[in-house]
Amino acid sequence: MTGVDDAPRPEPVRRVLFLPAELWPRILMPILIGALSLGAWEWAVRANEVPVYILPPPSVIWAALLRDWPSLSVSLGITLQITFAALIVAAAAGLALAVLFAQSKWVELSLFPYAVVLQVTPIVAIAPLIIIWVDDIRLALLICAWIVAFFPILSNTTLGLNSVDHNLVDLFRLYRATRFQTLIFLRLPAAMPYFLSGLRISGGLALIGAIVAEFVAGTGGRASGLAYRILEAGYQLQIPRMFAALFLICLTGIAIFLALGLVQHLALRRWHESAMRKEG
Amino acid sequence: MPEGGTLAGVPPPAPPGRPLVALQGVEKRYATGTLAVRGVNLDIPRGEFLSLLGPSGCGKSTLLRMIAGLIAPSSGTIDWPASPHDARGAAQPRLGFVFQEPTLLPWSSALSNAALPLKLEGMPRSEREDRAAGALARVGLAGFERTYPRALSGGMRMRVSIARALVTRPDILLMDEPFAALDEITRFRLNNDLLEIWQETGFTVVFVTHSVFESVYLSRRIAVMAARPGRIEREVGVPAPYPRGEAFRTSAEYAAVCRTVSLALGEAIAHRGAA
Ligand SMILES: Nc1ncnc2c1ncn2[C@@H]1O[C@H](COP(=O)(O)OP(=O)(O)OP(=O)(O)O)[C@@H](O)[C@H]1O
Ligand SMILES: [Mg+2]
Repeated sequence: MTGVDDAPRPEPVRRVLFLPAELWPRILMPILIGALSLGAWEWAVRANEVPVYILPPPSVIWAALLRDWPSLSVSLGITLQITFAALIVAAAAGLALAVLFAQSKWVELSLFPYAVVLQVTPIVAIAPLIIIWVDDIRLALLICAWIVAFFPILSNTTLGLNSVDHNLVDLFRLYRATRFQTLIFLRLPAAMPYFLSGLRISGGLALIGAIVAEFVAGTGGRASGLAYRILEAGYQLQIPRMFAALFLICLTGIAIFLALGLVQHLALRRWHESAMRKEG
Repeated sequence: MPEGGTLAGVPPPAPPGRPLVALQGVEKRYATGTLAVRGVNLDIPRGEFLSLLGPSGCGKSTLLRMIAGLIAPSSGTIDWPASPHDARGAAQPRLGFVFQEPTLLPWSSALSNAALPLKLEGMPRSEREDRAAGALARVGLAGFERTYPRALSGGMRMRVSIARALVTRPDILLMDEPFAALDEITRFRLNNDLLEIWQETGFTVVFVTHSVFESVYLSRRIAVMAARPGRIEREVGVPAPYPRGEAFRTSAEYAAVCRTVSLALGEAIAHRGAA
């Protein structure tokens, strides 16, 4: 048989300083906007002589961040630990339960409503109970963060496991694949993009869950994550320190979002549309 | 071509009177109440190239999926007299199936895709990859083993799909409008390549199409189908010898058979609902 000559040729990607050229505006433009806003903030506070305990300028916040870094960094570490532990447990439990759902319609029918209940109950409403029931405050915070992070992973993965091309399912049946083979070689890989985008949503939610629960625990709790620092600084009217802690929380959220986006890109780049680099 | 000799394992000629597959009074009513196929009697001998030709909705896919065992007929029987049967008496024919879409695993390379049926059988990796590479070479895709479906053209994806169907050395290849989505030039090339492999290998083909020209060019026998309820209205033989090529495509004989088949198809459409 003749060979084929209709092979598409891959186009080389233009790179500037190791990154694809079209990526640079996506990095530089937000940074530019951020810098302009900070400048305007600094100028407005100084020009209007706003007192520091109402709205501190960025320079003062930065100074507070540097001065209080020893205590703030410890709190950051604790918040990160709780967030990541919750995210990992949510990912594992969400994936496992979704696989269980895919194996048995009955299990899905009976359990899914409870997952929804877990999802729609406001975390601030059940956090006090959990904090009372669970002795270890860190474990209580972890459970709160887990409850918030769990649902997107479960529902996305369930959707992914069920939205396999039915012709591929037929193909596996034709070759007498076992349930296990169909799960491993077909359903799980097909659900991968769904799972990863669920994970990306849950990353941010886990952080929010951890922070909110710590607020509920209040200063009475013996935890000392970033939320505790904000409460503490608020009582002491240390407004720059409050902002510094807030800044760290934002930074953490952004970092989690970017990191999980990178995971998503690396895992799917070879085959999935969502990870394809846009041409041009 | 590596492994070429093994792919071209010509099956022994069937004893006369024993078709590879025999359909008797096959009928399919879907749960929705649609009577998709009615009263199909069809013997398909070993080595046959049979086309199922008919308008959209006449039950071609339904019939093909019943032959594949993907759906069960509501009544009637589908027997495989010469194939091995499992303990419960169910026939275990070696099937290859090609869908209208390439239906590849997007996360697997061309080689892994072609090797999938062997992987599901539990064949060791090196052996199945050797055989899959042989099948890819057979469909003209040597050198594309490591390429992912996304980076292949539509015609090449369809070739991978055919390689996957051939890799188990099936007794019968069931194809459901496999080239309908391709441009004409690519379709002609794939037609020729398919005929060449079929002649070399000697498996049986059931080819679903709604193109009169494609069915006449490829097949030895054409079952013309009509809709509502789906049924086989008439069978037309194509006497021209193989190998067929561009000369056949432009011959008076080809034109004459196309005319006969077109008329039969026209009648089948006109009679619809009458039966
Ligand atoms: N899963 C199903 N459930 C209910 N009805 C169905 C199902 N699949 C097909 N049908 C109906 O059965 C009839 C035959 O469908 P089938 O897909 O076999 O036709 P076809 O000849 O392959 O058509 P096409 O050329 O468009 O592919 C149609 O009326 C269709 O609506
Ligand atoms: Mg069809």
